Amino acid sequence: MYPYIPNTKEDEQRMLEVIGVNSIDDLFSDIPEDVKLKRDLNLNPSMSELEAAKYMKKLAESNTPIDDLTCFLGAGAYDHYIPSIVGHITSRSEFYTSYTPYQAEISQGTLQYIFEYQTLICNLTGMDVSNASLYDGGTAIAEAAFMASNITRRNKVVISKTVNPEYRKVLKTYAHLQQIEVVEIDDKEGVTDLDQLKNHVDNKTAAVIVQSPNFFGIIEDLETIGEIAHSQKRTMFVTSVDPISLGILKTPGSLGADIVVGEGQSMGMPLAFGGPYLGFMATKKAHMRKLPGRIVGETVDVDGNRAFVLTLQAREQHIRREKATSNICSNQGVNTLAATVYLVTLGKEGLREVATQATQKAHYAFEQITKSGKYKPLFDKPFFKEFVVTSSVDADEINKKLLEEKILGGYSLGREYPQYKNGILYAVTEKRTKEEIDTLSSVLEGII
Amino acid sequence: MKVLKDLYYTEDHEWLKVEGDEAYIGLADYAQDQLGDIVYVELPEIDDEYEKEEAFSAVESVKAAADVYMPVDGKILEVNEELLDDPGLLNQDPYENWIVKIEIADKSQLDDLMTSEEYEKFLDEEV
Repeated sequence: MYPYIPNTKEDEQRMLEVIGVNSIDDLFSDIPEDVKLKRDLNLNPSMSELEAAKYMKKLAESNTPIDDLTCFLGAGAYDHYIPSIVGHITSRSEFYTSYTPYQAEISQGTLQYIFEYQTLICNLTGMDVSNASLYDGGTAIAEAAFMASNITRRNKVVISKTVNPEYRKVLKTYAHLQQIEVVEIDDKEGVTDLDQLKNHVDNKTAAVIVQSPNFFGIIEDLETIGEIAHSQKRTMFVTSVDPISLGILKTPGSLGADIVVGEGQSMGMPLAFGGPYLGFMATKKAHMRKLPGRIVGETVDVDGNRAFVLTLQAREQHIRREKATSNICSNQGVNTLAATVYLVTLGKEGLREVATQATQKAHYAFEQITKSGKYKPLFDKPFFKEFVVTSSVDADEINKKLLEEKILGGYSLGREYPQYKNGILYAVTEKRTKEEIDTLSSVLEGII
Repeated sequence: MKVLKDLYYTEDHEWLKVEGDEAYIGLADYAQDQLGDIVYVELPEIDDEYEKEEAFSAVESVKAAADVYMPVDGKILEVNEELLDDPGLLNQDPYENWIVKIEIADKSQLDDLMTSEEYEKFLDEEV
């Protein structure tokens, strides 16, 4: 008997008799003998609970937790402060399995927080309708491309190379399978090359996709890019945004965006390799029937009380599979809840405070690091909480030395942008103190 | 099921009313009856061009969603925007309430469609 299978040998025998076979192996008689594995799997012998716990702890210790380091790494995932209430609410047993429920309307609590999440995302982005979330920032961009392609009946999307390189890889993977052509636009001094963009936007273009603040931390001229996108009838203007930046920047909605997406990890989710993270997506009312994923709506029940339902489900793949914009029929439940609690806890003022502090501290760090002249700014453009500096020394070399001082250094730009070899992208959140920033800059000065 | 004379019909239950080189397209009575209460009609954009049998519109009812297909190649000239505010018009009078008006690209394609007599027979036999 196995520890997690409660059936005894006798149970097993009775079940086999009822089915009318002699052994469990008989159940697999349809599988040809020559493709069957004829030996035991190469697995370690089983461990006791105590042994297994010790072993897992040892494995876990080969990681360095973020709290043991001072983090200046960002590039899409950020070390923002998570108020303790977020963990308290998301770990309540009522929300443990906060998946979008199959008997949706039975779970009014889950639907209510998703509805509140959607409202928050709409307020933040300046859009009319939000879905119940997607997997992460990368898949959100890919879904936006599908959606734009579906609305416009065109199969070419134009994306700036200042969009997170990983998101672009996800987009290309998705697009390849849908026969959507992905055209990438170079950067010019750290922002999207507008002339090149103009040349590639034509009446076959379903979407123009940009990110702001972009991968280098720089604020893109969304208004102008939107005008370029809309110079073609119906071309969708898609923006990927850092939700924290919307504490101080204009909403993409007010700058002409048709679809707004982004990575929501900054809103109350811990840094974790592989996630789970949170993709958000919002659009204008005119396109709501092409919005992928689930949408929760508010209504009244038979007694006239406020109630919540899954709405507009004809868009979804379980009703109109071959015509659905997307095959997504799930959402990131727990992460959606974390984002909701995070935003509600901070409020308007709190979010503005986080955004303002991150901006000011990033600018202080930029001044401290560049003042000696050993590290030079790579670009001269307005930035939010991230910036790029370059030097004569290899980025990996610098990061190795920083790590010796328990500092998690920036992102080595040369990994994805060979033209910016030695460039390092530093991220500074509201969590960093003046002392930590001063330490970083003095250690950096000592390296060269 | 009501079948109007002098219209062309498709096997997907669209009707086509020809006026010179132009035509109105709508849903046949049978289609609206099968769908039930229609709650949304998605309309194409003016000047969009579609090929025969390509979906140019979608209708959603309380129980299903279905595409509406072009009976012939053509360009959208007008869309019936009243349907956006009141999709139920398609239930009330499916022949009065057209969905789009098109410019027919190739009138010889009309020969492939059913006449009202043929459509009635089709309804009797096939459906």
